[in-house]
Amino acid sequence: MSTANTSASSDGKSHVHHHAHHFDSAEHEYNAAKFGTWTFLVTEILMFGGLFVGYILYHERFPEMFKAGATFLDWKMGALNTIVLLFSSLTMALSIYYMQHDNKKMTLINLYVTLACACIFMVVKYFEYTHKLHLGIGPGNYFQPHGHGEEVQRALGFLKDYPNIGMYFSFYFCMTGLHGSHVLIGMGLIIWLIRRTHRNEFSSKYYTAIECVGLFWHLVDLIWIYLFPLLYLVG
Amino acid sequence: MASGAHDPNLNYLNWEKGLWSWLTTLDHKRIGIMYMISVMCFFALGGTFAMLIRWELFSVGKTIMDAKQYNQAMTFHGAIMVFMVIIPGIPAFLGNFIMPMQIGAKDVAFPRLNLASWYCLMAGAAVAFISLIYNGADTGWTFYTPYSITTQNGTIWLVTGAFIIGFSSILTGLNFIVTVHKLRAPGMSFWRMPLFVWALYSTAILQVLATPVLAITLALLVAERLLGVGIFDPKLGGDPVLFQHFFWFYSHPAVYIMILPAMGVVSELIATFSQKTIFGYKAIALSSIGIAAVSFFVWGHHMFVSGQSEFAGILFSFITMLVGVPTAIKTFNWVATMYKGSIRFDSPMLYAMGFIFLFTIGGVTGIMLAVVGVDVHFHDTYFVVAHFHYVMVGGTLMAIMGGIYYWMPKMFGRMVNETWARISFVLVFVGFNVTFFPQFILGAMGMPRRYYDYLPEYESLNRISSMGAWTIGVGFLVALGVILHAIKRGKIAGPNPWNAKTLEWTAPSPPPHENFHVQPVVTAGPYEYR
Repeated sequence: MSTANTSASSDGKSHVHHHAHHFDSAEHEYNAAKFGTWTFLVTEILMFGGLFVGYILYHERFPEMFKAGATFLDWKMGALNTIVLLFSSLTMALSIYYMQHDNKKMTLINLYVTLACACIFMVVKYFEYTHKLHLGIGPGNYFQPHGHGEEVQRALGFLKDYPNIGMYFSFYFCMTGLHGSHVLIGMGLIIWLIRRTHRNEFSSKYYTAIECVGLFWHLVDLIWIYLFPLLYLVG
Repeated sequence: MASGAHDPNLNYLNWEKGLWSWLTTLDHKRIGIMYMISVMCFFALGGTFAMLIRWELFSVGKTIMDAKQYNQAMTFHGAIMVFMVIIPGIPAFLGNFIMPMQIGAKDVAFPRLNLASWYCLMAGAAVAFISLIYNGADTGWTFYTPYSITTQNGTIWLVTGAFIIGFSSILTGLNFIVTVHKLRAPGMSFWRMPLFVWALYSTAILQVLATPVLAITLALLVAERLLGVGIFDPKLGGDPVLFQHFFWFYSHPAVYIMILPAMGVVSELIATFSQKTIFGYKAIALSSIGIAAVSFFVWGHHMFVSGQSEFAGILFSFITMLVGVPTAIKTFNWVATMYKGSIRFDSPMLYAMGFIFLFTIGGVTGIMLAVVGVDVHFHDTYFVVAHFHYVMVGGTLMAIMGGIYYWMPKMFGRMVNETWARISFVLVFVGFNVTFFPQFILGAMGMPRRYYDYLPEYESLNRISSMGAWTIGVGFLVALGVILHAIKRGKIAGPNPWNAKTLEWTAPSPPPHENFHVQPVVTAGPYEYR
């Protein structure tokens, strides 16, 4: 680790972080940033909370319809994405650990792996979405199954028993959509971290941004851990 | 930058020059002034709609506009006044400028976020006004389903605008919470914080906890419009009452987002202009937190006639009355502070006393509305309109005006013209009562709110009300003149023209970029008079 430290400073590109003028010290700034991030996470939980409350209410009101809707979700895809995201949380945490020990190379590797996991997650999500929309299994008014195949027949059958089954997919698309947008934002933030790490802006003395993005990333992961059983395993 | 900080001629207004330096500033004081300008513009716009509404209601039948235009004027009056004037009014404008100085900080914790929240307000307002191109919006500021998902297209833009403005509020709240926790000057313990800071801190908690729920609600409303997701749509088994629950889960705490900072301002004014240690400091501070806490459990009192269960109604009724307790604690302490104080009736104090008088009427009528049986009669009548205008206008706007006159010397280094400031107060105060007191009577007689027209027997009281509204309008025009005159050629004020004891008055007026030339160290409470 000491080698990584000297190599970072000997190439002459290493940046010393200056804390903002209204803070007493870098430590002070770090504490404030972390506190702010935690507060922000609270707002995120409350925002998702609205959807969770709606889900609970309507699941209570239409349990059979929710069960029917869940049969269209592939739990294997969901499980794969859960594992991918959980693993990305580990690599995110490791990237912080390595920066605390001035190991720039391992930080970068872990950030790249995190980014790759996020990409895999979104690709899986993309295939799930396009498959459903292709069959006309959309949210609300857009639940209009068409074409051939077992799934379409099943959807048309359910539509007779549960005319409002589109609502299940409203929840599916709204919840995973809002979550997916958070994954995309997280990817943007991780790319930003990678660029800054390449520019030697971080060290064991200043890694606030990695820490805060890490907190955000863990929340995105945590929300998925709730979404997976609620949407995929409810049947 | 660092070398210029100690030049006595340099202050936050002139240390950088040009419009660009303002639009990119990270200085909380400049951002506060930017909020001041934008909020005043929005207020003029929302006020114009109010004048038009009262003009239309001056006589039975069509006076100046048709029913459709009336609905739009009413919607824009409500949406502008709530989302763009009263919510950012005190925290983002006065709070931004004064709060960091009161705790002896150089800035808020996240200056860039602070600027971003101003841009959120601007962007949200721009999107909201796009709705005017698409036939406007006519739902009222509450956007109740199912009407809001079936009416014209402009509504979706207004909803999206409110959604974006919500982020402005969240970011300000987040910033203030961290600032209060992390940036207090040495010696500034929680129990030495000025009551304005306590009020803003409680407000910030509400902004952070309640606004995200509005965000998801409005997002779902937009999804309902675009995709027909059915969550609020009975056609798909959805529940329009759920929208009301979600909406008021935000919007009732939002009422306290509007009034708590006003109470903070009044606490400052009463202490300063009585030149007396505030009575019951801890009680006032904790009652802010108490109001914030209770406010999350009272939203159902907006829905006594929406079909919620009777038991829920009784529960919400009881909890709503609990809000009266911390509120009364504050009022009691303000009056007790004035008792045997050396009271000076400068214009800020007039506004503070106007606040106590009007807010008490607003608060007590609120208790009346909290009674389920009484509310069934008063619900959606002008009684409710009068009640919340007594709280929002008689309360919050009075406090904003008092706060502007009080901190004018600090913000611009100049005093307001006392005579004209008092004239504006008398016009606003008298006009306000003439406008809204008759509305209590109209409501008790059964005149429904939001309606375009009314029965002939309501006409005389409506005429009185409209004339009062125009008096308020004139009063605020005078106030605008007073403010502009003070900025340009008001008498030069020293650092502490009111002999106030809070920290911001130890800084020069106007303050330098970093607020204090020397980092203040706090050794006493905020109101050590006698």
